[in-house]
Formats: sequence, structure tokens, C-alpha cells
Amino acid sequence: MGNGTHIGRVRGLGAAHEGTHHWVTQRLTAGSNLLLMLWLIVSLVRLPELSYGVVQAWLSSPWAAVPMILLVISVFNHFRLGLQVVIEDYQHDETRIVLMTLLNYFTVAAGTFAIFSILKIAFTVVTPGAPA
Amino acid sequence: MAKARNVNRPLSPHLQVWKWGPHMLVSILHRATGTGMATVGVFVFLWWLGAIAAGETHYAKFMDLLTVESGAPNIAGYILGIGLTLSFFQHMMSGIRHFWMDAGAAFELKANKRFAVLTMVVAVLLTAALWGYISYERLKAAPAVSAPIAVETK
Repeated sequence: MGNGTHIGRVRGLGAAHEGTHHWVTQRLTAGSNLLLMLWLIVSLVRLPELSYGVVQAWLSSPWAAVPMILLVISVFNHFRLGLQVVIEDYQHDETRIVLMTLLNYFTVAAGTFAIFSILKIAFTVVTPGAPA
Repeated sequence: MAKARNVNRPLSPHLQVWKWGPHMLVSILHRATGTGMATVGVFVFLWWLGAIAAGETHYAKFMDLLTVESGAPNIAGYILGIGLTLSFFQHMMSGIRHFWMDAGAAFELKANKRFAVLTMVVAVLLTAALWGYISYERLKAAPAVSAPIAVETK
């Protein structure tokens, strides 16, 4: 600190020494959530039925699998940031560290599980009539 | 950290001393719906994806928990479905309100209040429209033989 330009000395800093990164990412993912979640709701409602065959065939198309993976990345990042603020607001002692750690583990584990499931659906060839 | 507070000093005014307004309700709803979707919603979402990935029998078990035989939601399906979609639309609308306010707009008392009420009205309308559409499509698609009157046997 102390060297560099004025803007260079404040950029990325602030009271929490991380500047506006949290705030900006929360907004950025909010925008992509808006598009991707509306896509998901419209897609599901427009399916003729929610039977295994129909849902499996839909989700194995790249036009569904790719936005679905993007949705997981965007929504899971967004909820991690949101729950982080909730924890920061209500937990003031050691439990804050514990919950924050669990939140990070949970988000990464759940996101990995979700993306793996989508890829497995997309890359599995289902023969109609064969036992799954 | 929590115990560092000097109990002889007053606390700043908290929720219970303020006159409630729609802006407070919307703010709390934003947090509650967000937390709800991040826990219950994510749980259902992961179960659903995992069930499809696990194959037809697992998916059938998942759907059996939330639907009746005709494919319509059962009580649990309706509670989760309507609960999560209403949460989503409320969170979406108050999120859009946040974008608006991030731009520095709608901080005037009247406009602020009006937009806060509007988020809740639109959220309920969107949820009703969605489930109305789903029910309408199902009624339209239902074959005539599934009408209860036709199964009467003597």
C-alpha cells in the first residue's frame, strides 16, 4: 500500500478488504438466474408430461443439458453468496466459522453432484423398454 | 464477539419498534424465500436430477412421492410446487426491485412503498397464472375415460 495510483489503492478493498466483489457477483448471478430459471420453468411446463422418457429425452439434448449446467453454476453461486450474508447477520461467535465452512463444502458438493447427474443423463443412451 | 456488548448501553432500535411497512415485509420475504429455495428447493432439485440420472425405477419412486396416479400433484406435490414457485416469483420480483434501487431509483417514500406492494401482487399473479395454466393443460389433455363418472360399475 502507499504506492500506485489513487484508484489502485482503493480498488478491490474496503472495510472487508475485498471491495465490491461479493456485491457485484450477487448481481451478476441474479441476472443469469433470472434468464435461466425462467427458461427452466417454461421448459418444464411445456413438456407434454413429466414421465421418465420425456424428461430424460429432454435433458439429454445439449439445448437442455448446457443451460441446466449453467443454471446450476449460476444459482449455486448466488445462493452461496446469499446464505453467507444470512450467516454473517445472525451468527456472531464460533458457529459463524463452522456454518461458513459447511456452506462452502455443501455448495461445492451439491453443485458437483448436480452437474455430474446432468452429464450422466446427457451421456446415457436409453433404449426404450429396456430395464433402467 | 457476541459477548463483547456492554449490557449497560442501549441497543439500537430493532424490528419491533418500527411501524411495519410493505418495504420491511418485502425485505424479509426476499431473505426468507431465498433461504427456503437454497435449502428446500435445492434439496428437491438434487433429488430430482439424481433420480433421473439413477434411471427409470428411481425416477418413478421420486414422482410417486409427489404425484397421484394420473400424474397430477398430490398434497405434498402441491405444497412444494406452489410453495417453491411462489417463493421463486417473490424472490424474482423483489430482486428486480433491488436492481431498480441499485440504480438509485424508487427511494421516494410513495414510489418505494408502491413497488414493494407490487412485487407481492405480481408474484401471486404469476404463481396463479402458472398453476392455472398447468391445470388447464392437464384438464385439456385428460382422456374422457378417466372421468370419475365413467368408472362406475354395477
